[in-house]
Amino acid sequence: MNTNINKLEYIFSKDCDDNQVLAKALSFSNDEVIEELIKSGLRGRGGAGFPAGLKWKFTATQPGDEKYIICNADEGEPGTFKDREILTQVPKKVLNGMALCAYGTGIKKGYIYLRGEYKYLVSHLQKNIDEFHEEIKKYGIDFNIDIFLGSGAYVCGEETALIESMEGKRGEPRNKPPYPNTVGYLGKPTIVNNVETFASTMIVFRLGAENYKKLGTQDQHGSKLFSISGDSPKEGVHEIELGMSVEDFVREFGDGDTKAVQVGGVSGFCIPRKGFKNAIIGEGNPTGGSTMIFNSSRSMYNVLHNFLDFFAEESCGQCTPCRVGCQQLLKGIEAVKSGEKPKEYLDQLIKLSKTMQITSKCGLGQSVTNSFTSIVENFREEMIY
Amino acid sequence: MNSTKEFIKELSEKYGKERKSLMPILQKIVERNSYLSVDAMREVAQILDISAAEVYGTASFFSFLDTQARGKYKIRVCKSITCDMKGKSEILKTIENILKIKVGETSKEGKFSLLETNCLGWCHKGPAMLINDEVYTELTPEKIRNVLSEYIRERK
Ligand SMILES: Cc1cc2nc3c(=O)[nH]c(=O)nc-3n(C[C@H](O)[C@H](O)[C@H](O)COP(=O)(O)O)c2cc1C
Ligand code: SF4
Ligand code: FES
Repeated sequence: MNTNINKLEYIFSKDCDDNQVLAKALSFSNDEVIEELIKSGLRGRGGAGFPAGLKWKFTATQPGDEKYIICNADEGEPGTFKDREILTQVPKKVLNGMALCAYGTGIKKGYIYLRGEYKYLVSHLQKNIDEFHEEIKKYGIDFNIDIFLGSGAYVCGEETALIESMEGKRGEPRNKPPYPNTVGYLGKPTIVNNVETFASTMIVFRLGAENYKKLGTQDQHGSKLFSISGDSPKEGVHEIELGMSVEDFVREFGDGDTKAVQVGGVSGFCIPRKGFKNAIIGEGNPTGGSTMIFNSSRSMYNVLHNFLDFFAEESCGQCTPCRVGCQQLLKGIEAVKSGEKPKEYLDQLIKLSKTMQITSKCGLGQSVTNSFTSIVENFREEMIY
Repeated sequence: MNSTKEFIKELSEKYGKERKSLMPILQKIVERNSYLSVDAMREVAQILDISAAEVYGTASFFSFLDTQARGKYKIRVCKSITCDMKGKSEILKTIENILKIKVGETSKEGKFSLLETNCLGWCHKGPAMLINDEVYTELTPEKIRNVLSEYIRERK
């Protein structure tokens, strides 16, 4: 385990010719590309952390020719902005990563699902895509990418909701299984990967799987972008080797008065000061890279209230535990704060959030308990007084 | 400018008359008319050969596919956590004072609508807002006054 922060510069490095990396990767056979990726241990960077190579392999082995690759650029998790930075600064890395995926799996059609909030990026992206289409011709890859714009719904970052919306329907998550790699866009096998995941595949092939795997910890390989915001003098996107403790993180990025760090966005966990030492960022918490820092001037009641307001608004309303649960949690903490309900009511609310975890249909409802329980348990007094 | 009906027909020719073209078609109508009128949604339904309820169902799901009349400029102020910590309330108040409208309202001449939205992906530069597709970050009351006065001055 690393005890210090190891800053890296791979994703945004300007001195690396991504076309050369792609050319190198294409000297492997299709299967070898996927095997190399599996060997690297690269996990998805969108939050759930599924091994990227395995996802490609499962989809490649599905029957049929009509399959899709979707780059998830919906980036709606509060506190996350690294995908926007990647698409702004190094879009070719993402496009080449998608081309690699196309080569490895034989898929011919790709989409970038770009959140509506990033519409200003369309012309920049389209220009890069047009150039990219020209460039890959010379490698003989038959692959084409279109941009699909979202329209302002957080839940559409969930891969099946994303697919529903691309099909012109309400962005309501589907039951899983079947997973998109068997039944995805238009019912066809589909690979959905995060922007940073595609960009990271380029780093795997630049360094080689063996070297890539050496970065990070036993479980989490490689480097990772962190979106840092809140009470920090160093807000912004930082690339760091995986495996750092929250304590080191706070020492580096805090303002000297850090009271809590929210790891993984509103769907992640709140780590209080006493937990800094033992918590490792990206282990046991979502890997999306959102890290929000709160100093002692912040009311954790206000933080939680803001989070619950977010969930209540962004719940798609399809299933009852989440639709009603989010609203009840919000009303519940208001009632405790105003004295209308006794403080023991908080325990009932925690139970409710745990029920939501078990009974909700998608990750949104299932993860409300993460921030809810970690904030209420660690800052109970602030919830009451 | 041609009629909305003709415009929708053109869109259906560009994007195709399939269900999967629904989002891009609705997005383009909002871009042009700033919202989806009942008539526009009916027209889309007819052209794509699906029920108007289906079109409304999809449209009403997405916060950027406005189904209520909106001004030419939609101001969306981020209300998620870091923007909130950095003074979003003051920003909102400043806008309300300048435009004389509250959140959810549209100014009388139909030029501005003031809305709140969730995280825009600029948390490290909060408070942030969108005016249509344009992003504005690190807002201060003074910056707001400057930005809005440009929009106000613009003719039409
Ligand atoms: C409510 C919700 C929102 C999500 N939002 C995003 C998102 O904005 N971007 C993203 O890449 N993944 C998001 N995900 C995860 C996706 O469902 C999916 O796991 C991911 O895109 C897979 O890519 P990866 O394996 O490369 O991370 C979200 C999941 C949930 C449950
Ligand atoms: S958990 Fe929430 S967001 Fe997910 S399907 Fe159910 S209601 Fe929709
Ligand atoms: S919290 Fe406002 S942009 Fe992220």
